[in-house]
Amino acid sequence: MIRLIHEPIDYGALTEYVRLPNCGAVVTFLGTVRDLTGDQVTVALDYEAYPPMAEKKIAEIIEDARSKWPIGKIGVVHRLGHLSVGEISVGVAVSSPHRAEAFEACRYIMDRFKELVPIWKKENWADGKTEWVHPGSETTRSS
Amino acid sequence: MSFTIEIRLFARFREVLGRETIQLTLPSPERVDEIRKHLQSKYPELTILIDRSAIAINGEYAQNDQMIHEKDEVALIPPVSGGSTSAV
Repeated sequence: MIRLIHEPIDYGALTEYVRLPNCGAVVTFLGTVRDLTGDQVTVALDYEAYPPMAEKKIAEIIEDARSKWPIGKIGVVHRLGHLSVGEISVGVAVSSPHRAEAFEACRYIMDRFKELVPIWKKENWADGKTEWVHPGSETTRSS
Repeated sequence: MSFTIEIRLFARFREVLGRETIQLTLPSPERVDEIRKHLQSKYPELTILIDRSAIAINGEYAQNDQMIHEKDEVALIPPVSGGSTSAV
């Protein structure tokens, strides 16, 4: 299951979605908006996506994970729009017969997600400035 | 036979240029790296970001020597938020 949504993520439903009788392990990862990055204070993040390509890349990452580990079901949900500190931006749930593979697959999916999926975030700093985060292309910030 | 392509913009590109798409007219199909150079000469203030960005053709990351044809859906993909500087 792959979803890009503009509402709060129902992580209970996401977790239930991947449960299977033959999968003794369910791992659900939640990414949330964190308040501090170095010494800069975040008050909110804005998330924007290129949806058709994002969904395609997520599907590829899921198939990639399936080729590496025995997996029951996978659910990936990313929220778009304006999120305040503490809100959940992403959920990845994975079920597998045993926990080692469930943990590894979930981590792998999230790591690849951050490398490949065209979804971007804009920092809303406490000083009122905003900045799209593009690693390797940071603009200089006067503080 | 010249044609116009539409390039989809996101994130900082969309914010700086104030639009969701830009148009480029090409005399004939061109390579991705040539498109990149066209964009850099048209938007010199964005040279570095364009350099660091990927180009997607029809939803797939494109190599620099790939050709862009009329009717291709092209997008400029700035670096995606990964790693320790991000919120997650």
